[in-house]
Formats: sequence, structure tokens, C-alpha cells
Amino acid sequence: MKKLIALLLALVMCLSLVACGGSNSNDGAKTEEPAADGEAAPEDTAAPAASGEGSVYWLNFKPESDEALQKLAGMYTEKTGVPVKVVTAASGSYAQTLTSEMDKSNPPTMFVVGNANSVKDWSSYALDLNGTPIANELNTDAYNLYDEDGKLVSIGYCFECYGIVVNPDHVAAAGHTMDELTNFAGLKAVAEDIHANAATLGFDAFSAPDMDDSSSWRYTGHLINLEYYYEEQASGSKWTECPPSLTGEYFDNFRNIYDLSINNSTTDPKDLATGGHDPVNEFISGKSTFVLTGSWDYAAIAETVPNATMIPYYCGVDGEEKAGLNCGTENCWAINSMASEADQQATMDFMVWLVTDPDASRIAVDSFGAMPYKNAVESTNAFLAAADDYAAAGNYVMDWATNYQPAVDDYRAAAVSALNAYNADQTDANWEAVRGAFIDGWAVQYANQQG
Amino acid sequence: MLRKKPRFGNSLTRQTRHWFPLFVGPVLAAFIIGFVWPFIQGIYLSFCKFRLIREAKFIGFGNYVKALEDASFRHAFWFTAAFAIVSLVLINVLAFAAAYVLTQNIKGSSLFRTVFFMPNLIGGIVLGYIWSMIFDGILSRYGTSILMNAKYGFWGLLILVAWQQIGYMMIIYIAGLQSVPDDMLEAARIDGATRAQTLFRVTIPNVMPSITICTFLGLTNGFKLFDQNLALTGGQPIIEQGGSYVKTTEMLALNIFSTFYQSKSTSPGVAQAKAVLFFILVAGLGLLQLNYTRKREVQQ
Repeated sequence: MKKLIALLLALVMCLSLVACGGSNSNDGAKTEEPAADGEAAPEDTAAPAASGEGSVYWLNFKPESDEALQKLAGMYTEKTGVPVKVVTAASGSYAQTLTSEMDKSNPPTMFVVGNANSVKDWSSYALDLNGTPIANELNTDAYNLYDEDGKLVSIGYCFECYGIVVNPDHVAAAGHTMDELTNFAGLKAVAEDIHANAATLGFDAFSAPDMDDSSSWRYTGHLINLEYYYEEQASGSKWTECPPSLTGEYFDNFRNIYDLSINNSTTDPKDLATGGHDPVNEFISGKSTFVLTGSWDYAAIAETVPNATMIPYYCGVDGEEKAGLNCGTENCWAINSMASEADQQATMDFMVWLVTDPDASRIAVDSFGAMPYKNAVESTNAFLAAADDYAAAGNYVMDWATNYQPAVDDYRAAAVSALNAYNADQTDANWEAVRGAFIDGWAVQYANQQG
Repeated sequence: MLRKKPRFGNSLTRQTRHWFPLFVGPVLAAFIIGFVWPFIQGIYLSFCKFRLIREAKFIGFGNYVKALEDASFRHAFWFTAAFAIVSLVLINVLAFAAAYVLTQNIKGSSLFRTVFFMPNLIGGIVLGYIWSMIFDGILSRYGTSILMNAKYGFWGLLILVAWQQIGYMMIIYIAGLQSVPDDMLEAARIDGATRAQTLFRVTIPNVMPSITICTFLGLTNGFKLFDQNLALTGGQPIIEQGGSYVKTTEMLALNIFSTFYQSKSTSPGVAQAKAVLFFILVAGLGLLQLNYTRKREVQQ
């Protein structure tokens, strides 16, 4: 009896250990599982030549696209027999996930390097994409990221634009027209009028974003771009790397629109620090007329506000009647240079298929908004169409200078801290602290990063 | 058990010896794989510059120098130390008081014990968010928020952790209090000792083992705190101090975490060095404290 119990206990222990080990190797095993049928003869000759040996592991950056990407991965495997694994990092934790995944024995073959910081961190693990088949499919160089040596580290796979999304029905209901919204004075007049009459109208002007992590980036990452962009323009040339410091010349313009948005909003500015409101949901449910967001929210917004459109960040800069939307991307593919050649080739083939195959690019474009490739299908995103309309009318496109923010997490966190204090008490002294965080903070973080 | 020992002693010993590797082996292997090896590797990495572990390059003590020069790390150390000491005292005093009251045969004491223990079952991240809502619900009436003043952050965190851990420590103290021999208490009563005298001269010396374990847990928990810190304030507010930005409510563990993911080629190594320093600090303090309180334990 005792022997039996001893044996049983030992067995349980061994099993639990095996289970531990099993779950450990599981992450890696996922890729291997379909690898066996990689040998299966590729049936479809129309698909790009698959070596039959390589496999694709895409560490995805956009949680909202996960479903579409899983579908695409399945389609590709069915067509060519090449295994494709798509893993989506949780929102806001891409850097962490990438760091740990890259250290595993089966690292991602395809990952996202989306801004200047990221290029610094990951450039040495990325294949030079200059002259590769996927680079040749691009219709613009505007979204590509190069390192200091001119190596093409990553290429844009989709682009987005942001600005102020407007509900035209609300503007009309308040007795105004969209034509009034061509500069800051016009926007201010309309927003203040709506806010003053919010009780009778049944909706307010802005849905101001909260200062918690779910929304603060709308200010600290996006709205602030107007300051960077105009400063970049004033310097005479596009930034190609992070400038060591800022002049803050256009910071008062940032304040104009910032003040307008928080003081004419559904939420008391004092409550923004706490969080708990979803500005886009408020806009969708008809509580507000303006919201600071971008093309990625089009699908959700169009369901209830089908004629919603997007206007530029009007902030009182001279000549802003010719402003356009903020267009750029943080979505750039890199291929892992440490992956085997077969995997690199398989990844390249998969990328080319994704941007050339009509069915595949339809799904991808619908999920991403728009893709800058010659043979990808047209976008159906009205906010991106608005961006095109502005560009066609000769307005300037505001590029995403914000992608150069140094030590981006720390920089934005300091800005949030200062903005919280300002929201609670809107004094000039508190605004100076905000300026300190954004403008002086840039130089501080830049210096820290160099040191 | 004792009575059976002579009869089965020999064969049991032989059997135990026989099966020894089978029983110890798996656990030992798991311990080496899951703890010893990563620990050694962690120490090695603290002397390296790396982004990916497999490409670590040995650079000597550079990371330690950088870690000690970092103003945010020093700030986090003092903040953590203050927090650990205050929370240690507060939690233990309140937990002991609760345990003392609940061992006095009052009605519904097992219900109270269960209820007091329950907060311990909720995860730190969830608690952090719940309490941030509670605090902000109050503070927003005064036009402020827990994220706007380091003092609010400190006391907020303290309230949260006290609320979470008092119940747990209380259970340990209750076990200790229940094991105080009744004859000793009776003798004290017959000798005419007052309640206070009984508490300080009889009860407390007898629960010293519980106090040892609770102060050890309290101290190390205070130093290691991470989830609650991340979810409640995330280090906010941030102030500028001598040319760098310091997160005023950031504790050591959170500081190490955020250092690791800073976009700088040296940061993972520096974070690793901070983690080793952190380990030495927590282990050293823990041992010192254990040594100190052990001496005060009495043999029953």
C-alpha cells in the first residue's frame, strides 16, 4: 500500500513537472506544429513561390486587426501550405512582448518598427529592405524608416491620419455650417456656441480625452504634433532624426486648441485626470460634436454617424486655412535578420501576397484603412478620403513629427503629470510647467537617451 | 506516529533512502531551472550590455555605476524605504489589534476573520484600479486627484496595502495567540497581573514567532511592492529634479521595470544591475530582521 502511494506521489510530481516544462515550450511549439505540413506540395501556382520550408511568424501591433490577420494567415496557409502564425501583443505592451519574443528560439520573422526610438533599438535585428520585392511594391517612400546608415529598417504597411472628427449633423443642428470650420477662429466660435447651448441642444462641443493611459496619447502623442510639425516647417526641412531640442515657437497654438477642447467639453477638465470616459464612444452615442481621433476609428464611428468627417488641427497659425490632416504611420514591417533564410523568404513572399492579392489586400485594407502599395485595393475609409481631398485641394499634409519623441514613454508621462495639474487649475504658472514638460522635457529626455 | 516509529523505523528509512532521488529530483530540477539558473544568469547580465539576452556583452561594473548615479533610482529607494517602514508598523499593529480583539470570544468572530481576510484574495492590479477610483471620487470634489500630489500617492498606497494585508497578517497572529498556553494566562491572572501586564509580559513574548514571520513578510512585501504601485499611481506625479524627470511615487520594483524598457541601449543592463542591488537590499534587510526578532522568541 505504502509503495503504491509513494509511486503515485512520485508520478504526480513528475507529471506536474512535465506539465510545467510543456507549457514553457508551448510558445515555441505553436510554430512547429504546422511546420510539418509545410512540406505538403503547394497547390496554387498563382501564389508566390513558396520554398515549402520557411514559415512566417508575425508579431502584430494592432489588436483591432487581430481577427482579420488570423483570417489572412489561414487563407495563405491554405493556398501555399506555408505556416503563418500571427500573435498580437496586448495594447500598449508591444515593446515588452517584442523584447521577450525576440529572445526565444523561434523569434518573430516579421515585426513592427514604427518610430525613431524603435529604429534605434531594433535596427541591428532587421533585414535591409532596400530593393527587396516588397519595397518595390510600395507607391511611396513617405512611410519608410531608415537608420543612420541608410539601411531601410522597416516599410510602412498602412497609413493613418488624425485630426478633429466632426459630426456635421450636430453642427447644422446648432445653426452653423461646416464652411465656418476653416480656421481656429471659426472652430472656436462654433465650439463655444455649442457648449453654451449644450443643455438645449442635447449634445456638447468636444469629448475631451481623459488623461489616463487609454486616452492621454490623443494629447501627448497626437495633438502636440501640430507644435512639432509647424516647428519642423519653420526649420525649413523635414526632420530625419530626433532634434536635440525644441524652440516651442508654436506652443501657444497648442494651448489654443487644448484649452478650447477641455473647456468646451462633456467632461469637467478637473475630472480628466481620473479617467473613465471613452471620448470616441461619447461621440458615437451622440453626446458631442467634436472628438480628437483618427482614421482607425472610422469603422466604429461610421455605424452611427455615417457622414462624420475629419478636419485639421486648427490652432491659430497663419495660413492654416490651407492645413490638411496629420498623415503618417507607426505601422512599419521589419523582417528579422536573425531568422533563417527560408523564413525570411517565406515572410517576404507573404508580405508581397498580402499587398498584391485582391482578396487578401481587400481584407487587409478594410482592417488597416489604407495601404501604400501599387497593387493593393482602394480604401473605403472616409477619413482617409478626407485627407486625400485636402491634399487634392492643395492643402499641406502635416506629417507625424511626433514619431521622433525622445524616450517616448517617460516624456509623455511627464507631460500628463503637468497637464493634470493644469486641468485642475488653469493658471499661466501651471501652463509654464506644461511647457516645461513638452519643450524643455524634450531636450532633457534627448540628453538622457544619448548618455 | 512516535509509537509506530520503532516498529517500522528501519524499513521506512531504507525505503526513504531508496526513493529519495525520485522525490527530490523533480523538485530540485524545477528549483534549478526556475530559480537557481535564472538567478545566476541575472547576476551575469547585470555586468553586460544587451538588448537580447543571447547577445549580451560583458562590460564590467558600468551598469552599477549608472544605476547608482540615477536620481530616479535614489528617489525610488527613499520612497520605498519610507513606505516599507510605515507600512510595516501600521500593518502589524493593526493586524495584531484585530487578532487580539477577535480572540476574545466575541460573537461572530469567525465571520469577521473571513471578511477581514477577503481583500487579500483580490489581485494587486485590480485593487490599484479600484482604489484609484475611490480616492479620486473623494479627491475630485476638491479639484485634485491622487495623481497630482506625491503625498496623496504615498498615503493612498499605504491605505490600499494596509487594507489588503492586515487580514492576512491577522490570521497569522490569531494562530499565534491561540497557541499561548492557557495555564500561563491563568497563572498571570492568579498572580494579579493587569490586562496590560498580561499582554506585554505573557502574550506578546509567546507570540514572538508570529511577530517574526509577520515583520519579515511586512518588510519584504513593502520593499517588493509592484502591482499596486503600477495600478494606483504608476509613479505620477512627475517632477523635474536636477535635469532629469523623477516619478515621485515610483517604488524600486516599478523603477527597475520602467528602466528595463527605456529606449536606450544600456537600459536593460542598468535595470538588471538595479535588480541585483534590490535583491541584496531586500535579502540583507530580511536576514537582519529575522536575526533580531528570533532572539526575542521564547521557548514554551
